[in-house]
Amino acid sequence: MRYWTTRRRDVLTGYLFIAPQLAGVLLFVLIPVGLAIWYSLNKWNVFTGKQVFVGGDHYAALASDPQLPSVLLATVVFSGGVVVLNITLGLLIAVLLNRRFRGATFFRTLFFSPVVVSVVAWTLVWGFLLQDNGGINGLLHAIGVDGPNWLQHGDTAMLSVIVSQVVRSVGVNMVLFLAALQGVPSELYEAARIDGARSRSIFARITLPLISPTVLLTAIITVVGALQSFAQIAVLTGGGPELSTTVLVYYVFQQAFEFNDIGYGSTLALMLLSFVMVLTLLQWQLRRKWVFHEQ
Amino acid sequence: MSSRTSVLRRVLLVAALAVLAVPFAVPTIWMVAASIKPLPEIFKAPPTLWTSHPTLAAYGEAFTFQPFARQYVNSVYIAVLVTLITLLVSSMAGYAFARIRFPGANALFLVVLTGLLVPSEVTIVPLFQVFKQAGLINTHWPLILVTAFGAPCVLASFIMRQFFIALPAELEEAGRLDGLGRPGIWWRICLPLARPALSAVAILTFLASWNLYLEPTVYLTSPELFTLPQALTRFTDAYGADMWNTQLAAATMTVLPVLIVFVIAQRQFVEGLAHSGLK
Repeated sequence: MRYWTTRRRDVLTGYLFIAPQLAGVLLFVLIPVGLAIWYSLNKWNVFTGKQVFVGGDHYAALASDPQLPSVLLATVVFSGGVVVLNITLGLLIAVLLNRRFRGATFFRTLFFSPVVVSVVAWTLVWGFLLQDNGGINGLLHAIGVDGPNWLQHGDTAMLSVIVSQVVRSVGVNMVLFLAALQGVPSELYEAARIDGARSRSIFARITLPLISPTVLLTAIITVVGALQSFAQIAVLTGGGPELSTTVLVYYVFQQAFEFNDIGYGSTLALMLLSFVMVLTLLQWQLRRKWVFHEQ
Repeated sequence: MSSRTSVLRRVLLVAALAVLAVPFAVPTIWMVAASIKPLPEIFKAPPTLWTSHPTLAAYGEAFTFQPFARQYVNSVYIAVLVTLITLLVSSMAGYAFARIRFPGANALFLVVLTGLLVPSEVTIVPLFQVFKQAGLINTHWPLILVTAFGAPCVLASFIMRQFFIALPAELEEAGRLDGLGRPGIWWRICLPLARPALSAVAILTFLASWNLYLEPTVYLTSPELFTLPQALTRFTDAYGADMWNTQLAAATMTVLPVLIVFVIAQRQFVEGLAHSGLK
């Protein structure tokens, strides 16, 4: 009997084929998470390089951090604003493009194009346009409106990061919504039209319920993406003015890499991880439910 | 009568889309237009798109103010290398998880999937310490390794697995009868068939690497090692003021090649990037 049967060889190939990816996940995902937990339990002295075990001190510090409530509020406002605007705009564009007319492909390409533009380049350009004497206020001036100094006031700065982020990324959701809209069986529309339904009620009673799973799943992924938006905020506002646009991911960066507080930075990073994990797991769970439901 | 209303509706539809398209198209067009304007014209009110004195001076300045050519090469070689490694790693892992039965496959797949749960913005905090210990700060290694094997690669492996699961088994049978082993079947039969999935993965990975900003900001300190997104933010004069037109010229050089490829191969781009919203 040969030892290297086809089956044994197959099993070995299987392990060898997944080995690089498995090693990558262990080295660059799982071990770092373990290390982050360990770091969060230690206090580091940057200058001497020594570390002291402090147990739950950093977690207690979360409760007494005077900046954290404002950071969490900014995170909620930013993610909430991004998801609401992104889903509304994505749906609107998808519905408008979901019919045959000359120029549909042109518009689809156009709405999608910011997705392939480098985030930093895109955000820099928005930064120019949002200057006090920039293009947007120039346009407003031309129609007789005095625009605010967008990036220098808390509310308008937050609005600016939300809008520039949504315009850059809504193309992906538009495509997903278009696919969902095209998945609605056309017989349903015909039947409704024969029954004399108007297009607005067709949208509300047929289209929306049928694509609502896609909308909800997309919404969760959009929130997860918003929680990870670092470049947009770093380039456009640097978290300011004051703390108004300092969202959690930016605060993690500041604590860990600007103030070199590795212990507290890790603690905050784990907080961000818990938000992302809960949302992603929820999304997977819902999708599993609906995919089976659809079949 | 009804044909007239339908023409009217069509005109209204296109008009609505054209208005909606303004914030999508204008920033990019403005970026290109402003990059060839003399500096004082950039802030003229009301803003103009066209200039009567086009100049490429800002483009030349971008290369003399920073080692921009070097930074460009850095971004290109890192993105190409990361894309090639990811294509190999993810097509192997995706194939094995989809087609080969081996003990523990399901559990190991779940381990790999945790890569989709953990954002790189979280792991960068401990990874910085690890790479510092290893003496790899201010090198390109962290950018290459983490992107090519870590979380971005896991999404690629997942996409490849979904593709290979749907591939009919008969195709592999033919190869087996021809005496091909597993690696031969993967390389000669399955990979050529996987071209759509591979191109989706390639586009997704290339852009992910090309756009990386947090990682280079954290790991790199020498301007000659910078990648493009990081370099774009460093066009400031001795007083810290932004050098508008130089920065816009550099941004145009960063964005335009990708945009042109996108317009040519837009179907592949749209399909590829839609995967990023599908985890």
